[in-house]
Amino acid sequence: MREFVLERAGDTVEALRRAAARTPEDGNMQYLAGGTNLLDLMKLDVMRPNRLVDIAPLAVEHGRVRKLEDGLWLGAAVKMSQAADDPDVQSDYPVIAQSLTQAASAQLRNMATLGGNVLQRTRCNYFRDTSWGACNKREPGTGCAAMDGCNRRLAVLGVSDQCIANYPGDFAQALIALGAEVNVFGTDGRDRTFAFETLHRLPGDTPHIETTLEPGDLITGFKIPAGPWTRRSRYVKVRDRTSYDFALASAAVALALDGDRVVSARIALGGLASVPWRAHAAEDALEGRVLSEANAQGAAAAALEGAVAHGDNAFKVELGGRTLVRALVETRDMEIMP
Amino acid sequence: MTSLIGQPRTRIDGRAKVTGHAAYPSDEPVRNPAWAFLLTSAIAKGRIRAFDLDEARSLPGVLDILTHQNVGDQTKPPKQQAGGDTTTTMESDRVWHDGQIIGVVLADTYETARDAAFRVKVHYDRQAPAATFDQPGVEAHYREPGEHEDYEVGDVDAALAATEVKVDQWYETPTQHHNPIELFTTTAEWNEGELTIWEPSQFVYGLRNNVAGQIGIDPAKVHVISKFVGGAFGSKGGATARTAWIAIAARRLGRAVKLVATRDQGFTIATYRAETRHHLQLGATPDGKLTALRHEGWEVTSRPSNYNVSGTETTARMYACPNILTKVNVVHADRNTPGFMRAPPDTPYMFALESAMDELAVAMRIDPVELRRINDTASDPTDGVPYSSRHLMECFDQAAERFGWASRSPEPRQMREGDWLIGWGCASAAYPSNIASTAARVTLRSDGHAMVEIAGHDIGTGAYTVAAITAADRLGVDIDKSAVKMGDTDLPPASLAAGSSHTATITHAIAKACNGILAKVAQAAVVSSEGPFAGKEAASLRLSEGKLIAPDGTAEPLEQAVNRVSKGALEVYAEHIPQGLSPESMEKLYQGQPPMLRGQSREGVRAYAFGAQFVEVRIHRLTCEIRVPRMVGAFASGTIVNPLTAHSQYMGGMIWGLGAALEEKTEIDLAHARYVNDNIAEYHVPVNADVSRVDVIMVPETDQQVNPLGIKGIGEIGIVGMNAAIANAVWHATGRRIRKLPIRIEDLL
Repeated sequence: MREFVLERAGDTVEALRRAAARTPEDGNMQYLAGGTNLLDLMKLDVMRPNRLVDIAPLAVEHGRVRKLEDGLWLGAAVKMSQAADDPDVQSDYPVIAQSLTQAASAQLRNMATLGGNVLQRTRCNYFRDTSWGACNKREPGTGCAAMDGCNRRLAVLGVSDQCIANYPGDFAQALIALGAEVNVFGTDGRDRTFAFETLHRLPGDTPHIETTLEPGDLITGFKIPAGPWTRRSRYVKVRDRTSYDFALASAAVALALDGDRVVSARIALGGLASVPWRAHAAEDALEGRVLSEANAQGAAAAALEGAVAHGDNAFKVELGGRTLVRALVETRDMEIMP
Repeated sequence: MTSLIGQPRTRIDGRAKVTGHAAYPSDEPVRNPAWAFLLTSAIAKGRIRAFDLDEARSLPGVLDILTHQNVGDQTKPPKQQAGGDTTTTMESDRVWHDGQIIGVVLADTYETARDAAFRVKVHYDRQAPAATFDQPGVEAHYREPGEHEDYEVGDVDAALAATEVKVDQWYETPTQHHNPIELFTTTAEWNEGELTIWEPSQFVYGLRNNVAGQIGIDPAKVHVISKFVGGAFGSKGGATARTAWIAIAARRLGRAVKLVATRDQGFTIATYRAETRHHLQLGATPDGKLTALRHEGWEVTSRPSNYNVSGTETTARMYACPNILTKVNVVHADRNTPGFMRAPPDTPYMFALESAMDELAVAMRIDPVELRRINDTASDPTDGVPYSSRHLMECFDQAAERFGWASRSPEPRQMREGDWLIGWGCASAAYPSNIASTAARVTLRSDGHAMVEIAGHDIGTGAYTVAAITAADRLGVDIDKSAVKMGDTDLPPASLAAGSSHTATITHAIAKACNGILAKVAQAAVVSSEGPFAGKEAASLRLSEGKLIAPDGTAEPLEQAVNRVSKGALEVYAEHIPQGLSPESMEKLYQGQPPMLRGQSREGVRAYAFGAQFVEVRIHRLTCEIRVPRMVGAFASGTIVNPLTAHSQYMGGMIWGLGAALEEKTEIDLAHARYVNDNIAEYHVPVNADVSRVDVIMVPETDQQVNPLGIKGIGEIGIVGMNAAIANAVWHATGRRIRKLPIRIEDLL
């Protein structure tokens, strides 16, 4: 781990001020929240910030789960475990609670914040190990060792010929399926709200640029709109072992049904894609139709259309579709308390 | 009074462990240590052209950087316990494998050493490496007999040609790494020409002599301390290259040096279980009697090593069979040298045999348990030598009963609950009963306290407690007053804690020392004119419940009995050399060579523990996750000294086996011959949520022949049948036979 300066921000204003106050040699400031991903990557010499601004005190401002008239507010400083254990989240937004409880371990969930969680970086081993020379995400222009390497866990959707790293998180799929918005403060002190779906960027030719955030931008929370689908929502995560494992494939599903007929389907896929992946084509394929297993399979085929495999990860195309079918059927069959 | 042997006891070191007071080797508070961080190669084959060290050296706090250029001539590779030569590290510019130690950065703090290590640039002359089976550049050849044997009985070809019912299949097991939670650490300090090493070890005398030989000093000047070991599984049995380099670093700096290698470095600076491939052919008569068994294995190893595990030594003698042929080949690749990993031979080879037996049972429409019964044997089919005891079918019957096997349908895909397909499978387990020469010193104090001193190793198994139980039982004192010192070369030598041998090994030496104490006390008592035992027969006296007691009930307090011989305390040193090992084996042990008597190669008797393992798997019909809601294992392993820790050993072995069958696999980048998932987030072992019900049955077994105390060893057999039992259950659930481990979702889609 390289030397760095640790600063502590007492509140949002101070955090933004510290982020804005750049010295000539200060090219690489990072906010430090739970630290469960950033500190790992610093130890591995993958991330080399020279200044960390600790934003733990911001939990006072951004550390609450709030039920709104038109939805749910999740502060960015809310711990994963805190959101997962919230009774309103569990009853009205089960897909969110499930995506959180199925992620990481209890210890990590107690440390990690929601704001940090959505920015978790890929687990691609070629990215995380600097002894591999070729990684366009870590060192632009060096190539991609994963293309012909061990890529069983890597992405089949949203990939480019520069990068096949997968987005590893779970919670972001729930957000994207529910059409969440993210609130961000810039170093100019202004805040803006935009669709969470536009936070992450496809790798394209610039896999090292992962989000649409500007330097010093601070995520303060997520607004999840209410809707007739939030209670009938579910997160299905398929993995090699039962706990403490990243998704090979996952599906976040929220349904508004009229009998067996789909009024509205909201679908996101995890483990399979370079970014949190909204499966619009699958949603379109289902709307207005009876949610039979056959129709679910049709939707799954639509969701995985255009998938690109690279050898070891070829099975994820099939598995991703099956995961979605399972999630759709299980969500359909949920008993919803009035 | 009932014997303490066989009574469940909590660990005497348990409180220290759960309260953080147990000092593991890297916890040793040496004065002002420098910290080492290893530089490891980023290529698998080639030469180091140059190092660019300036940036690293310029960091404040960096003390020294060792490379082949400044210390290459100061040591040589450690001797391997098997397989002959191994790869070099900093002896030259040569790179043999990914992650080879090519330098050591030394600094005032760990963080500075790590930071500096990342700033070192290495310029290589690269060559194309060969990673594993089927890759261009690997060299395969027959492994000559010597360390391991091959077997040829009857005429397998003729028998196979003559038989109607056959299994002829290939099986594969993956690369696996031990990944003990305690990392590979070394702390070294010199004091007036004497070297002390704190390092987790399964064999402190072996490590001492190896390091002394490597750096060319008198072994008497090397002191190794390893009081607690946080998991080893074979990975800490042999010396690795790191230890001598850290000793050299400490000598250069004139300061103690600590190394805690990282998790990923642990994949390449120590050993691993190499991938194996098997061709297995079985033939049988229409009523299920085996007529032919051919088992040929291929095992990957490093370029210079012939290390192999040759589990055909177990598979050849599992079942009655008149025609047997086995053969083992090694395949040299550009890899680090493999080594012992829990049940080294039996885990991969029994996967092949026990899968094939299940396939044979299916082909013949015979119940898999009955097929084993039909082919059970009381003697070794390779040479007719009888087993000292073999209760394989008792294990099957008790485990089958507990499991509810009788209600199983022989056809696959018959059981289902909701979206989950259910399958049941079983397999045999076996592990040779090994024992080694070992010494121990026992002190009995007149106040009723005892002390056992033996350079044994508690690698998490409960060895401290077993030693205390043995001494307390023999000396008639409380276990709580029976102290044990282990893991230190200042103590009498114990052999390698491996091969499920350690309980048998240390208890016999401790018991012998205790018997020596009793003999002295009894002899003095019967020749003394004072006291109640005058004229009685010394051999009839016993130490029990704090007294010296004669068969007629005559007794005197321990205090008088001990003080009569030696005021306050009495100490006896004893050496136990198992029947079948030579007296020189003790001399070899002092020189760091483990004198192991192997259960499969004893004169006149075959000594094995046996077991039967049953599992239920559930597989989701769509997404194909494989879960194991319950497993049952029954084992007959002779005398059980401590049923509480034995239960943990069996259960831990079964959970390990679950991981081996379904999760563990080191992924290798084929083009670069490099390990990729070298962390425990992606190298999977089971988590609690993977493990539901585990039933362990200890089938009572008395074996007078295996050794005087009748102890067979339990540390590894719990794994042995699991691979095949799970694969067989997967077949039963799905109708799909998976012959390559681990079995994963993509195999069943």
